[in-house]
This record gives sequence, C-alpha cells and structure tokens, in this order.
Amino acid sequence: MVRVGKVFNFAGVVGGMVTHSCRTAGGVFLLLADTIRTMFRYRVRWDQLLEQMYFIGIRSQVVVLTTGAFTGAVFAAQVWFQFKRFGMESAIGPTVSIAMCRELGPVLCSLLLAGRVGAAMAAELSSMKITEQVDALRALGVYPTEYLIVPRFLALVLSAPVLTGMALVTGIGVGYFVAVQIFGVDGAYYWDNTIKYTDRKDVLIALIKAVIFGVIIAAIACHKGMNCPPGTAGVGKTTTEAVVNASLAVLITNFFLTVLLNAVLYSN
Amino acid sequence: MLELINIRKRLGGQEVLRGVNLKVGQGEKVVVIGRSGCGKSVMLKHIMGLLSPDDGTVIFEGTRLTGLGEEAWNPYRRKIGMLFQGAALFDSLSVFENLAFPLREEGEKNEDVLRGKVAEALKIVSLGGTEEKMPAELSGGMKKRAALARAIIRRPDLMLYDEPTTGLDPIVADSINRLILHLGKMFGMASIVVTHDMTSARMVGDRISYLHEGKIYFEGTPEQVDRCEDPLVRDFVRGHAQGIDVTG
Ligand SMILES: Nc1ncnc2c1ncn2[C@@H]1O[C@H](COP(=O)(O)OP(=O)(O)O)[C@@H](O)[C@H]1O
Ligand SMILES: [Mg+2]
Repeated sequence: MVRVGKVFNFAGVVGGMVTHSCRTAGGVFLLLADTIRTMFRYRVRWDQLLEQMYFIGIRSQVVVLTTGAFTGAVFAAQVWFQFKRFGMESAIGPTVSIAMCRELGPVLCSLLLAGRVGAAMAAELSSMKITEQVDALRALGVYPTEYLIVPRFLALVLSAPVLTGMALVTGIGVGYFVAVQIFGVDGAYYWDNTIKYTDRKDVLIALIKAVIFGVIIAAIACHKGMNCPPGTAGVGKTTTEAVVNASLAVLITNFFLTVLLNAVLYSN
Repeated sequence: MLELINIRKRLGGQEVLRGVNLKVGQGEKVVVIGRSGCGKSVMLKHIMGLLSPDDGTVIFEGTRLTGLGEEAWNPYRRKIGMLFQGAALFDSLSVFENLAFPLREEGEKNEDVLRGKVAEALKIVSLGGTEEKMPAELSGGMKKRAALARAIIRRPDLMLYDEPTTGLDPIVADSINRLILHLGKMFGMASIVVTHDMTSARMVGDRISYLHEGKIYFEGTPEQVDRCEDPLVRDFVRGHAQGIDVTG
C-alpha cells in the first residue's frame, strides 16, 4: 500500500511539474503576442529603445567578439588536427566558416546574450515589480508592456543578428589567422575555398537563427521578470531561472530550426 | 464620487477581502484603519484597477470600472492619484524625471512648462531644489514626499494614500499629515488614507472605517470611533493587545 501511495505521489509531482511548465510556456506565448500587438498599436519610445540598444548592442560587443574570436580559433585548430591526417587541408576554411555561420556563431552568441542581457532584463523588471514600480507605472496610466517590454524586446531582436554577424566575421577571420599563420596552411587557397563553399544561405541561416533566439530570450526574460514572486529572494531566483530557461530554450529550438531551415532552404 | 460595492478577492489561497463596501463623497477624507496584513493595500489596488475583484463593483464618478480591460482603465487612473506604501519612485529616473513623467505622458513637451510645474509641486511638499537627485539619495520621508508630489502633479480628483506616515519619525509624519490636509483644502480633492497610525487617522479623517477580516467592521467620525465600546475597535484605537492573539 505504501508503495502504491509513493507511485501516486510521484505521479502527482511529475504532473504538477508538467502543468507548471505548460502554464509558463503559455504565459510566455501570451506575453509575446501582447508585445507584438502593443508594438504596432503605440508609438515607439525612441529614447527607451536607444537606451536599451546601447546597453544590448554596444555594451555586449566585447563579450561577443571575444567569444567569436576564440571559438573560431579553437575550431580551426581542431579541424586542422583532424583534417591534416587525411590530407584535407583545403577543406579547413569552408568547414570553419560554415560551422560558424550555421551553428557556433548564432548559438554561442545567443547563449552569451541570455546570460548577459536576459539576466539584466529579468533582474531589472523583477526588482521594479517587487518595489511596486510596475504598479506605479500602471497607476500613472501607462501600459507596462508598452513602456518596459517593447523597447527591450525590439532592442534585443534587432541587436542579436548584428552581434551574431560580428561574431561570425571575427570567428572566421581568427580561424584564418590560426590556420594560416600558426599552422602554415596556404593562405590564398584557404580563403579561396572559404569563399567558394560558403553560401549566402549559410549567412542567412545565422541571421534567422539570431533573430529567433533574440525573440526567445527577450520573451522568457521579460515573462520571468514580470511574474516575480514578492520579496528580494524572488529577484535572484527569477534571474537565475530566466537565464537557465532561455539558454535551454535556445539550445532545444536550435535543433528544430536546423532541421526546418535545412528543409526550407535546400528543398530543391 | 467613489463607491466600492461588496468587493471580494482571494489572493494566495486566502480570502483577503470578503465583501468590502465603502463610499467616498466629493472632497471627503476617509481614513481606513486596520491591522497589518488585513488587506488595506489590496483594497486600494482595487480602486486603481491594479487588481480586479473576484466579485463586486468599483464605481467612480458614475462609471462602473470593474470589468474594464487594462488599457481601458487608463483614462480613469489619470483622475486618481496614488501614494504607494514604499513610495515606488522610478529608481532609474531623477526626481525631476519622476515628476515630469505623468505630465509627459499627457503630451506636455515644453521643457520650461515642465520645469515650472515640477518646481511648484516640489515646493508644495517642501522639497524645492531636489530636482537633480536620484531616488536612492533621498531619505524615507523625502521619498514619500517626492512620490506624493508625483501623484498630485496632475491634480487628481481622488487621492489614495497607502500608509503615508508608517516608518517615519513623528515630526516628519506630522508634516505629511498637514500636507494631506493642505492638499485637500487647496485642490478640493477627495482622499482615502490607509493607515494604522491613530494620530494620523484622527487628524486627517472626516470619517474613519475599520477594516477587519475582509470587511468594513465599523464606520464613524473620529469622535464616534473614540467613544466606540466595541472591544475590537477599542483595542485597536488604544493600541491594546488584549483579546487579540499576539501574531504581528
Ligand atoms: N500579490 C499577492 N499574492 C498573494 N497574496 C497577497 C498578495 N498581495 C497581498 N497578499 C496577501 O493579502 C493580505 C493583505 O495584504 P495587504 O493588503 O498588503 O495588507 P495591509 O493591510 O498591511 O496593506 C496579506 O496576507 C498578504 O500576504
Ligand atoms: Mg499595506
């Protein structure tokens, strides 16, 4: 009897977790729909948008460029170690650039944005929420989605592809440097092959992924922030959860996007 | 001008409001007293439309507000000012920007007009010259006064004060009480003052309502409250803990 009870209890816990996740996911989608509707209904607040663009777009550059550079470097090195055994040095350039465009650039860049920007959004919104600043905004007749969420959302969705593009360029450039200057691969040959085998579609994939990841991070971080439980402990918990959830969502979505974009872009 | 009819609200699994009825006339000053955690802030948030009741109706200047959507509330919210318990100044904006915020939202763009109106509002609350300070640089009493200036800058018809004197020293508290009276006289605004400070309640109230277990338990003028023989009211008014289990 005790064992049966435990099974039921376990089922209850799992069930509770599933309903909680579904409710959260539903909440994120509602927030997203509301954000997009609000974006078209109200005038854009340029001052807020520029402030957020500055924080997200300009202040994230060092982190993103460093990530791009070292990812390109380590990937070029690994590829060289493996490919030279088969005499495939000519394939190093395109391998690095395609991997950077399709996966490494957008995914790593987005993970960093989730950590830096997603955390900042969740922390800022949740502390405004618990100190009643969100209620004060509403009491002054301002719709919080319009004032707080739309500028953050737009700034991240616009900045993510630009930052990803910069990470790609840096990564591919540093990959070239590592392969050519350090391991002595023929430079002209490397570059020629990189250009020849890297398609416009590869860059397009990077940018599409970056935009979608930007949407995911902004929606999850804002949803978490606006639904923070009362108390200062809530802010820390909310921030951590926002980063973890956004990062997982990026990684999981990435797989489906890869399959989907491959099917759409290479269907003929 | 404002009427709450049988407001009920459950929050976090407990029924906080269990049928609150309250009426405020033109220019009238109503004080709502009650113990901590009895639902005073929750009641004020219903008047602002920050929470929506499970049951009951809010009527403001003849319009039924309950059931309006978040954005449909906004025109009415502009006629009601609220001083939050924790001041709730926007901490990323300077005092000037905080006070100018409601005016900018109304479409006022002229910087000179904004400067003038903000300076005037700050003078009313005796905070002249603090425009460029950030909220974090202000003391608790100054924050409350700055938030009060922000709430009255659009000359609302009704002001809601959530524990305006709690946590302040008696002298600052007295100055806030005087300010509430002064504002009522100067602009003829009605007000609801939520407090558990009896000195403040006697000083600013035309009428005192005692909120207990989610209902208005007793209502009367300050004299009637002082003379009331009901043990619950008497203990609260005199600050006794008898007859009440000591919880908080
Ligand atoms: N957002 C909320 N979620 C859950 N419970 C809440 C919420 N807001 C208030 N409560 C509960 O409602 C009760 C009344 O709170 P409140 O109105 O803030 O009391 P007070 O009379 O001191 O202002 C408290 O028990 C509080 O825990
Ligand atoms: Mg309260």
